[in-house]
This record gives sequence, C-alpha cells and structure tokens, in this order.
Amino acid sequence: MSTATFKKSSLVSGQAPRWLPVAVGAGALILGAALAALVGFGIALWAVFAGVLFVLAGPAAVGAIEGRRKGVDAFARYLVYGAFLLALIPLVSVVWTVLSRGLPGLDLNMLLTSMGGVTGATDNAAAAGETPVYGGAYHAIVGTLVVTFWATLMSVPVGLLTAIFLVEYSGGRVSGAIARIITFLVDVMTGIPSIVAGLFAAALFVQIFDDPSMRMGFIASVALSVLMIPTVVRNAEEMLRIVPNELREASYALGVRKWRTITKVVIPTAISGISSGVTLAIARVIGETAPILVTAGFVTTINANAFSGWMTTLPTYIYYQIITPTSPTNPGISEGRAWSAALILIVIVMVLNLIARLIAKVFAPKTGR
Amino acid sequence: MTQTAPTKPEMGEEPEDRPAAPGPSAGPAGSPKQDATFSGLALAASLVILVVLAGVALFLCLQAWPVVGAPADEFYGGEGFLSYIWPLVAGTLIAAAIALVIATPIGVGVALYISHYAPRRLAKPVGYVIDLLAAIPSIIFGAWGASVLAPRVVPLYDWLAQYLGFLPIFAGPASATGKTILTASVVLGIMILPIITSMSREIFQQTPVLQQEAALGLGATRWEMVRMTVFPFARAGIISSVMLGLGRALGETMAVTLVLSGGPFNPSLIQSGNQTVASEIALNFPEAYGFRMNELIAAGLVLFLITLVVNMLARLIVNRYKEFSGANS
Amino acid sequence: MSKRIDVESLNVYYGDFLAVEDVNIEIEPRSVTAFIGPSGCGKSTFLRTLNRMHEVVPGARVEGKVNLDGEDLYGRGVDPVRVRSQVGMVFQRPNPFPTMSIRDNVLAGAKLNSRRMSRAAADELVESSLRGANLWEEVKDRLGKPGSGLSGGQQQRLCIARTIAVKPDVILMDEPCSALDPISTLAVEDLISELQEEYTVVIVTHNMQQAARVSHKTAFFNIAGTGKPGKLIEYAPTQEIFNNPKDRATEDYVSGRFG
Repeated sequence: MSTATFKKSSLVSGQAPRWLPVAVGAGALILGAALAALVGFGIALWAVFAGVLFVLAGPAAVGAIEGRRKGVDAFARYLVYGAFLLALIPLVSVVWTVLSRGLPGLDLNMLLTSMGGVTGATDNAAAAGETPVYGGAYHAIVGTLVVTFWATLMSVPVGLLTAIFLVEYSGGRVSGAIARIITFLVDVMTGIPSIVAGLFAAALFVQIFDDPSMRMGFIASVALSVLMIPTVVRNAEEMLRIVPNELREASYALGVRKWRTITKVVIPTAISGISSGVTLAIARVIGETAPILVTAGFVTTINANAFSGWMTTLPTYIYYQIITPTSPTNPGISEGRAWSAALILIVIVMVLNLIARLIAKVFAPKTGR
Repeated sequence: MTQTAPTKPEMGEEPEDRPAAPGPSAGPAGSPKQDATFSGLALAASLVILVVLAGVALFLCLQAWPVVGAPADEFYGGEGFLSYIWPLVAGTLIAAAIALVIATPIGVGVALYISHYAPRRLAKPVGYVIDLLAAIPSIIFGAWGASVLAPRVVPLYDWLAQYLGFLPIFAGPASATGKTILTASVVLGIMILPIITSMSREIFQQTPVLQQEAALGLGATRWEMVRMTVFPFARAGIISSVMLGLGRALGETMAVTLVLSGGPFNPSLIQSGNQTVASEIALNFPEAYGFRMNELIAAGLVLFLITLVVNMLARLIVNRYKEFSGANS
Repeated sequence: MSKRIDVESLNVYYGDFLAVEDVNIEIEPRSVTAFIGPSGCGKSTFLRTLNRMHEVVPGARVEGKVNLDGEDLYGRGVDPVRVRSQVGMVFQRPNPFPTMSIRDNVLAGAKLNSRRMSRAAADELVESSLRGANLWEEVKDRLGKPGSGLSGGQQQRLCIARTIAVKPDVILMDEPCSALDPISTLAVEDLISELQEEYTVVIVTHNMQQAARVSHKTAFFNIAGTGKPGKLIEYAPTQEIFNNPKDRATEDYVSGRFG
C-alpha cells in the first residue's frame, strides 16, 4: 500500500484534474459574455448564458476524460447544485427587499400607533418633509395576535384529539372505518384553498346571522382554524405514530390505564414534535391574507375584541397599504409602511419558527448518560 | 368479552383488599369509565372535522344557490355564469401549470442536494433555510413579485415578444409593467418550491441505506445510485409533494392578486390580462353585496371542487405507486 | 406476594384465526417456569394472555379460563388494567420511558396513576426496587439521569425494577435476554433466580440453555405447520424435559434436531 504513494496509483489515474471546474467556469464566463453581447449585453443575460454553458461544458469535459457514466454523473451533480443556487436567489432577494425597505420605517411609531386619524393630508405633509410620518401597524399587530389566538384555541384541541383518535383508538372494526374516513377528510381539508376557507366562514356567519355584511375577528379565526386543523392533525398523528409501541405496552404492563398511558407516556414522548408542529402551524396561518380579507373587514383603529367590530391583521394591513395607499399622490409613504409591516410579520414568523426549534430541542426525550 | 358489570369484588371493586399494599403500591387509578370518556372525546373531536367539512360544502352551496337559474344578464359581464367562470378557471389552471413546471425540477433538485449532495455540515442549515422560504407569508411574496420581480422581467418579455412572438403564448407587445400571468406563475412557483422540496427531501432521506450502499458497492456513480434506489423508492412521495404544490398553487390568492394586473382571458402570457378564481374573489368580495356575493361564493365552490379533484387524483396515484415502492412497511 | 396460575382449556384467536389451542397448565407460586418452542408456536401469545396484554392487539380474543389464586382473569367485569397491576411483564427489548429519569422510571407505575406518595416513601420504593433488580449499586449516583443512558443490560434490569415497584404477584418475561450481550444476560439470569423467592416468574425463551439454567419447570409449545394453531406439547420439570422427554417432538427440539 505504501508504495502506491511513490508511483501513480491505478486508482487515481484517468481522473479529471481538480482545476477542471475552474477552467470550465472561466471559459463559460467569457463565452457567456460574448453570447450576451451578441443579443444585447446585460448582467442577467450574461449570468444565464454563463450558467447554462458551465452546466453543459463541465460534465462534457468530465465525460470526455473519464467516460460517459462519469459525465452523466457530473451533469446530474451540476444540475442539483444549480437548482440549489437558483432557489437561493428569490429567498435572498425577498429577505433583502423586506429588510432594506422595511427597516427605515420601523420605529416605535410604527409599532405602537394605529392608523386612526391618519389621512392623505397627513401623508402628503410627511412626504413634503413638514412632519414626521404618522400612523403605524399597532392595530394590525393586535388584530393578528387576537385572530391567531382564537384560531389556535380552536384548532389545537380538535387537531390533537383527532390525531389521538386516529393513532390510539382506530383498532376496532368500526373505529377503523371511521378513522379511514377521517384521514381521507383531513386530506381533503389540507387541500382547501385559504380563500375558500375564508368564504366558508363568511358564508357560515352570513347564514347564521342573516347579515350579508357580517364581519368580525372571530369569523377570521374560524377560517384560519379550518386551515390549521389539518396541519395539526397530520403533524400530531405523525409524531404519535413514531412513539414506539413498546412504551405503550410497558405502561399497560404496569397497570396503567390507556388514557393515562396516552396522556402521560405517549404525549410526553411526542410533545416536542407536537408543539413544534403546532407552532409551525401558527406561523403558517398567521401570514394568511385572503381569508382575513373576506371575513374580518378592514379598519384603521384598534379593536382587540374578536366578537364585535371589524379587525385588521398585519397581512391585510400590508395589502391595503399597497392597493389603496392612504395618500394616492404620495403612495411611497404607505408602501414604506407596508414593507415595515412585512418586516414585522416576517420577524414574528421567524421567531415562531425559532421557538418551534427550541421546543423541539428542549423538550426532546433525553438521551445520553 | 369484558363487560363492566362488577361481579368480582376482589378484582373489580376494592383494591384495599390487597394486603400487599402497605405503603406505596401502584394499582390502577380510576375506573374503565375514564377510558371510555377519553376515547369518546377523541372520537368527538374527529367528528368535528367531518362536521366542518360538511359545513364547508353545505354553506358554500347554500350561499351559491341563488346563482342557479338566475338570468344571464344578472351576472358580472352579463353573459351567464359559465362565461363568467371559464376565463377565471383557465387563468387558474395556466398559472398553476406554469408554476409546477418551474418548481418541480428545481424543488426535487434542491431536495436531492440536501439529502444526497450537500456536505454534511451544510445539509441541515440548508434545509432550515428552505423551510424559511416556506414560512414567508404569501402577501410578502406578492409584494416582492409586484415591486421587485415584475419590473426586472420586462426586458426578458420584450425579448420573448421579439424573437418568439409568433407563438400565441408570447404574442407581443409585452406588458410594460411586467405584471403578467407569467410573472405571477413564477412567484407561485417560488412559493410552492419549498413544499415540494421539504416533502421530497424527507422521503429521499428515508431511502434504505442498505439499498444505497448495495448500489454503490456495485460500482455505481452517485447519480446511478440515486436513479436506481432513491427515485424508485420516492416516486410516490415526489408525486404527492407535486400534487400538494399544485393544490397550493391553484388556491393561492395574494401573490396573484398583487402581481397580476388582471383582465379578460388572454392567451399571451406576457401581456396583462387573465385572472384566477382565488384572486377574483379576494379582489371583489370585500366590496361585494347581494347577488355579486353569491356569484363569488359560487366561484369559490368551483375552486373548491377543482382542488378536491386534484387531491383525489393525488391520493389515487400515491396509492397505486405505494404498493411498488416499498415505502409502506 | 406470589400467586399460582391455573389455565383451563384456553384458546387464543386473532380475529377468526386460532393462534393457540387448548392450553391447560398449572404454574406454582415462587417458581420459575420457562416456555420454549420454535418461532411462531404461540408461546409469546400465550404468555401475553396471562396478563391480558394480547388485548392491545386489535381483534385478539380468548376463550377459556386463567385463574390467579382461583380468581378468573377473564371473569365478567374484570378490569384488564387491574389484572396487569398484579401480573407484571418484562419485554424482549428494554424499554425504559425516554422522557423519565432512572428514578422516575422506577416510580412510573405509581406516578402514571397519579398516586400520591411522600418523598421518603418514594425514595424507599426506588431503592428497594433497584436493589431487588440488582441495579442499585450501579445507578445510585445518577438516579436523576435519563434511563436511556444505561447499557442494554442495565436498562433491562431497570425495566424489571420498574415492574417490581408495582408489587405484582406474577412477573412475565418475554425473551428478556434476547437483545442482550452474554454478560448482561448472566446478570439478568442471576436476577431471575433471586426473583423466584418472592414472585411467580414465567419466562419465554429461545435459548434452551437459559431455560435449563433458570427454570424449575419447562413447557414445550409446538406448531404442526403454518396456519395451524400452537399447542402445549409437554409440561414437566425442567430436568425431565431436557433429559427424558416423553414426547418425540420435544426430544427433537431440545436435542437440536429442528426448530
């Protein structure tokens, strides 16, 4: 074996040199620039041409040196890496846009005042530099929290108990049949478009109260829980199923009742996964716009009561600030508010995601000595 | 076999009889009734789902009912429900189809990158980053698409109109704002990409290691190993992830509402015009009253049915493939 | 505490399938009884009927009687949960509760049932149970650590301690050593020999040497073929089963000619 270091080993002969990707990359850049110049030069076009050339030429070179199979392998590898880089572009762009446009307007005024009393004239004055920018998203933040709170309060018990039924109580012939139907319905429910969930909640309350202009925060919560329940069920079901049966049997064998086994052994074992799933479900519905649009209406003032009066949430706030700027002559002010609100929304969602990860980590069953 | 009528006091009723319990003995607490209550609760919660879904269908139908048999000139556009709805359905399907074409290869590619290609240290953070992409609310994608993406794609559309304008889908003149259905579809594609990625990745990672090692042991390259073991194993999963993405793209509202400057049906993808069902509802429902509201709810019902069919198809396909993939062990 | 078990013409079904047919057996208190037999002969299934654990499997049911000191486990109105607190079970693979510490694992039977207990009483129960399972010396300094951090053999003894803590009359063991290395197996076997001073121990094993080492009486189960029910072929003192079996099938099995 040690002699292999002195003469060239048969194991490393016939391989493409390590500098090949760099060379091909440089060539692709130059040729891409030339091609792009032919059809009208542009950075984006150059990047596209260079990228395509690189993905084609690199594997071709590898294939020429190491044989067809290696060439195909390299082609797949380049494509996979390319797909990843391509997917990063919009993410980076979105995050950059929200940060660069949202940060300047993000101040205490944004966080702690509502849009009550803010008119087109106020914004025009601010645009002319006579006054600071008034008006913020406080009412929308409150609305978001209230609506999401009620939605969570309805979805989690229903979702979790349904998952328990599906995993723990679907053994019998009848309950097995019910479980299959429920699983199917949960699948159907997962596919309900968010706007349809909103329409359902709106139609439901219109029917009950016989008032076509019925709008309040709670209707939005109902719409959101229609979206949230299937997510919670799916996740909790998955988490309960990976709890080993041995633990259930061990608990039964100690003379523990089934419901106690479920609440004290099965759920604690799965709790990290379940709660991080719930948090992710909250993060998902907290950004929903369409269902709120058709159920909660839109206001510029603070309303923390989900059961009376119209309500604004962050997503609808963003939407209306963009679609109908407070001052049509100076839409930039409203757009700035929209981006700041978007930043707040993203921060909330990211914090929820982070919390979910933390929960998963902190409460995960401990191992090790 | 096990009735709860207590006949044997030694076992059914009085645990105090047992002399073996001088101190902390652990016998069962409570009675079988608690179990029955708890399982009843779980069943009741499951039935809530049934009721909710029935409610969705019922109330949408009730509120959409006035549309049936209403005279044609009462509808928006004045030519009856069918000619009102078909351009919307067409727009929805076109946008979703383009989004899928964009997102599927990239999504699967990224999933493969995370599961099989990325350096081990990178795989986890990358997965996290893709999850973040999924977590960004659609309204933000919409705002981004309208103000960042749309202006940037105008030159590309001009180019398409100039060189490929003979194709009806690229007929010029291209929109000067970039707010076209193609842009909306690209945004939709970006939005469903993380769905496809995260589901596919999960399945890819479950591919039996033994099979993969067997393939590598036979001298297969990495790509051959992926094709021989990972793809066959994950086929059903990929399809269902794509279908899930399709369902999302069909129902996605805000991205389209903000990005697309809508209008009547237009075969050219790079001009303004076209509209999707969801976006039509979101744009008009807040101000709708009377018959217009019923009409929009009817449109919502149509959208519901379309997504329902897609989901059913997805299940059917998945169930058919499942038996061959070995994934259902 | 230790009770005798009398089984009278017991049949076990999975749905319509007869898994174990017509078992009659008497198990003495304060003894170790081993069930041996080829795979799929129904010995584990039968063992699980002794504390009604088979009911966890949907569709499983039983005909016949299992008497624990004269009380029928399958009598009308008998609560299976109560049965299991008198007939404990140790499983093939060690399965300590991953969310609990070593101490909590031992107290699981009490804690899961929300039984109130003074700190001193709990400490005493933990120590006596762990001592009973020959584990005290090894873990007394890390009672607060998770049970899943122990070695396989220690985990299995922790599971036995957990079972003892419930103060059952009978301890059933379903191949308790099959997932353990030889040294851990030895420790568990030693423990089994000690347990019989206080409990009725029934052990299913694939390892005939183990049966010969630890048990007083041995029951040989066999199956006529796939799809046929398992049956109790022979039940006798262990010495007799291994040295002088009456049945031809038993002789073939213990001499290693099949199975």
